[in-house]
Parts: sequence; structure tokens; C-alpha cells
Amino acid sequence: MIKFEEVSRIYDGQTRAALANINIDIDKGEFVFLVGGSGSGKSTMLKLVLREFRPTTGRIYVAGRNVATLPERKIPALRREIGMVSQDFRLLPGKTVFENVAFALQVIGKPRSLIRKVVPDTLELVGLGDKRDRRPDELSGGEQQRVAIARAFVNQPKILLADEPTGNLDPETSVGIMRLLDRINQSDTTVVMATHDWAMVDQMRKRVIELEQGHVVRDQERGIYGARA
Amino acid sequence: MRHALTETWSGLKRNLGLTMAVVMTMWVSLSLFGAGMIAAQQVNLLKDEWYDRIEITVYLCTAKFQTDGACDPGQDATQEQKDQIRAAIESNPQVQEVFYQSKEEAYQQFLDVFKDNATIRDALSADEMQDSFRVKLVDPKKYDSLTSQIQSMLGVQKIQDLHQILDPVFKWLGALQWGTIGLSVLLLLAAAFQIGTAIRMATFTRGREIGIMRLVGASNFYIMGPFLLESLIAALIGAALAIGTLALGIEFIIKANVQQSLESFRWVGWHEFGISAAFVVVAAIVFSVIPTVISARRYLRV
Repeated sequence: MIKFEEVSRIYDGQTRAALANINIDIDKGEFVFLVGGSGSGKSTMLKLVLREFRPTTGRIYVAGRNVATLPERKIPALRREIGMVSQDFRLLPGKTVFENVAFALQVIGKPRSLIRKVVPDTLELVGLGDKRDRRPDELSGGEQQRVAIARAFVNQPKILLADEPTGNLDPETSVGIMRLLDRINQSDTTVVMATHDWAMVDQMRKRVIELEQGHVVRDQERGIYGARA
Repeated sequence: MRHALTETWSGLKRNLGLTMAVVMTMWVSLSLFGAGMIAAQQVNLLKDEWYDRIEITVYLCTAKFQTDGACDPGQDATQEQKDQIRAAIESNPQVQEVFYQSKEEAYQQFLDVFKDNATIRDALSADEMQDSFRVKLVDPKKYDSLTSQIQSMLGVQKIQDLHQILDPVFKWLGALQWGTIGLSVLLLLAAAFQIGTAIRMATFTRGREIGIMRLVGASNFYIMGPFLLESLIAALIGAALAIGTLALGIEFIIKANVQQSLESFRWVGWHEFGISAAFVVVAAIVFSVIPTVISARRYLRV
């Protein structure tokens, strides 16, 4: 589902590679933790999958496309197959929970009848069925992240990327978010989650890819966070 | 589509001040632009009309008028010279008609014109007039061949040709038109820069929304649509106001005023107005869409 072949990425004006010669193969339906310190290249990997920029060298296949050579006009189609959740939720403050989730479908031109049907189902899935008319500032952090996940998942993407989704949440709330991501993974969605949350990684026992200064230093099935465990 | 329309509306409201500025700059610049276009057409009408009427007058030597010509000193042109000149004129394919006017006839015409003004009437005698050939050409613009053919013939004192007078006049009128249009283009550029700035500000205020749209895979056209519509609407309102201004100008300046007092000229009317209005609309579209696309492409980068 996601395949990195000899991928390097050097940011403009820098000499050190943010990613250096990465080879990774992630199958359909897998759940993968990306771990490593700040600046190890986790976010760069996620951004490459989303084609926010191109790799300096190498090939990246996402859902069958080589995104390294993907022309700009085909980026929207790629992103419709990927859901993205970030640390800071990125909800629209003026819109209700329902509207925030519906927004993701509206802007890709889905009909209103479909939106009225799909959005409540998704809110039910993330456990916010009774909060559809609240605004983001009336919700707790965990609830806001659930809205963000609902928005990322509402279009049934093949891949869900999560960049530190529990970074701003307390441990108890994080467990709930983790369970939710696991549930989404059960429905055959590939999930890639970049995280610092070692307790979570150790508990879940999923595949762990560890990055250090742009290199893959460990790729382990049913792994743990690493040195700290 | 609904999304685009509501976004456009809220964008226009949010930037009301800037929208008004764009509308007003567009209004003024497009009015000037349209006025320049109408003036250009007016000048062309006058040009056609006047140049069509141009005749060439070949003045013949008299005892009194000799300078510059090929004249026998102190003598009128002889009948033989006149016959040769007439033959030469008539042989030129560009010549449509030739009239001979003797100095007596010219004097009589002068007396008729100034019959009520004794001072002027008595200032000249028949000897101050000249015999002349007045020549009408098939195409008044092609006067060169005739003048070069006869200007050195014996008995010809001077060839007067209205082009020498009209050409500089139209040259200046032309410069004036192009000056007006040039000025209006400068103003249109100012409007374009305003639009670019407005779009840039709008992309900042809607930054989060745009970020989400890109993330979930909204098409570029979908993201850009509201911005395009927004500047297009502002520009077209400006164009409508400019066209209204031009229509008032045609109605109250041309139709109700100068056309009444200067009836003998042809004046621009609704036909010329229509052509200018079409150009105004095209200019409004070009000068709003292009800066929007450039600005949006820069600030909406994927």
C-alpha cells in the first residue's frame, strides 16, 4: 500500500538529509508505528506520502501511484485516498462537529444526500453521535481529536496517517484515541502513526519502524518503543 | 457550486473595504478606457469624412503669385501651359474630376461669401485671386502620384493639399487617444495589483480552511473558484458602472449636446458605444482573472 524505494529527501539550504536512502514496504491493512526523536524524519515521511513535496531521489508508491513523479493536478485524487490526523486537530472553529466532518466531503463535491447519511454514521463510530451540534471550543481535547479522526475517515480512505495524534492528550484519553485508530485499522484501513508515546507502542505490540537522523535503524514486527522500554 | 457561491459572498463581505476599492478603481479606469475607445472611433469617423472630401487645388502662376512655382517671370500662366496641366491631370488614373476656376470666378465666390462685410470685401481685388484647378481624387489618400507628377510643370505656382494641414491635427488627436488609453491601462494595472493583494489577504484569513481542503483532496479549481468569482464579480460591477457612465456620456454629451450644435459632422452613437462596452467587459475580465490566478497560485501552493 505504501512503498519507499531508496528515498532521500534533503530540504533546501541544508546539507544533512532529512531522510537518507529509505526502503520500507507497508502492506494493505497494516498498522505501523513510526518512532524516533524530533528531527528523525517521521514527519517528512508522512509528508512525502501526502505528496506535500517530492523526494530528492527515489520512488514512493502510494495506493499504486508513484508519488515522486505524480503531476500536480493528480494530487487531489491521491489525497482523497489518504486520511490525515495531526497533533493540533485543525478543526474549523466556526463550524459544528457535524459541519466540520461534512466539510471534508463537501469540498470534494459529494452530494448532500450522501453527506447526510455518512457523517452521522462516522460520528457514531468515533463516539460523538450525541455531540454533532457542538462547536470545537465546547469539546475536550480527546473529543476534538475524535472529530478530526472522523473528518479524516469519513471518505473511507485506504490509508490513515496520524502525526502524534495523542501528543496533546492525557494518557487516559490517549488510550481511547488509540482504540479508535485500532478499530479503523480493523476495517482494513492501513494506519501509519508517528508517535513519541512509548507506553502506547509497548501496549499495542504492532509493527515498529524506528528512525534516527533520517535512517531506518529498526523495523520490527510486534515491536516495542525501544531503548526506554 | 453552493459552496463556491456562499464562500464568494462571505469573502466579498469580509473584505468589503477592499472590494469597494477594487470596484471603484475598476470603474474609473474602465470609464477612461471606454472613453478612449469611443474617442478613437470618433476620430476615425472624422478622418474618413474629412479625408474623403479632400480635394487638391493646383494654383496657377499669375503676375502677382510667382514664388516657389515654375513661372515665367512677371507673367500669368499661358493658355498653352494651362492646357498641358489639365491634360496631365486628366491623364492621371487617380483623378476623378477636374474643375477649372478662373481668378474672376474665385473673386466672385469671395464676394458672395463676404457680401455683408464691406471691410473684407473691399480689401481684395480680382488680381489678388489665382486661377486654379480643383481636383477630386478617386482615393483621396493617394495624392502623392499626382502632386509629384505636376508640381514642377510650367505654370504651376503651388499645389495645396489639405493633407498637409489635417495630418498633424490627426497625429495629435491620435496621441491624445493613445495617451488616454495608456493612462487607463496604468489604472487597470493598479486595480490588478489591488486584486492580487486582496486575494493574498483572503488566502491568509481562510488559511486553515484552505489547508484542510488541500489535505482532503479538494481540486485546485474548487479551492480557487470562490477567489476567482470574488474578483470577477468586483470587476464586473466596476465594468457595469463604467458602461453606465459611458452611456450617460453618449446620451448627454454627444446626443443632447455637440450633435445638435455641430450637425455637419458625423458623431459616434450607440454602435460605437456597444463596441467600446464589449472591450470594457473584456478588459475587466482580463485584469481581474489574471492577477487572481497568479496570486492564488502563489499562495495556494500545494
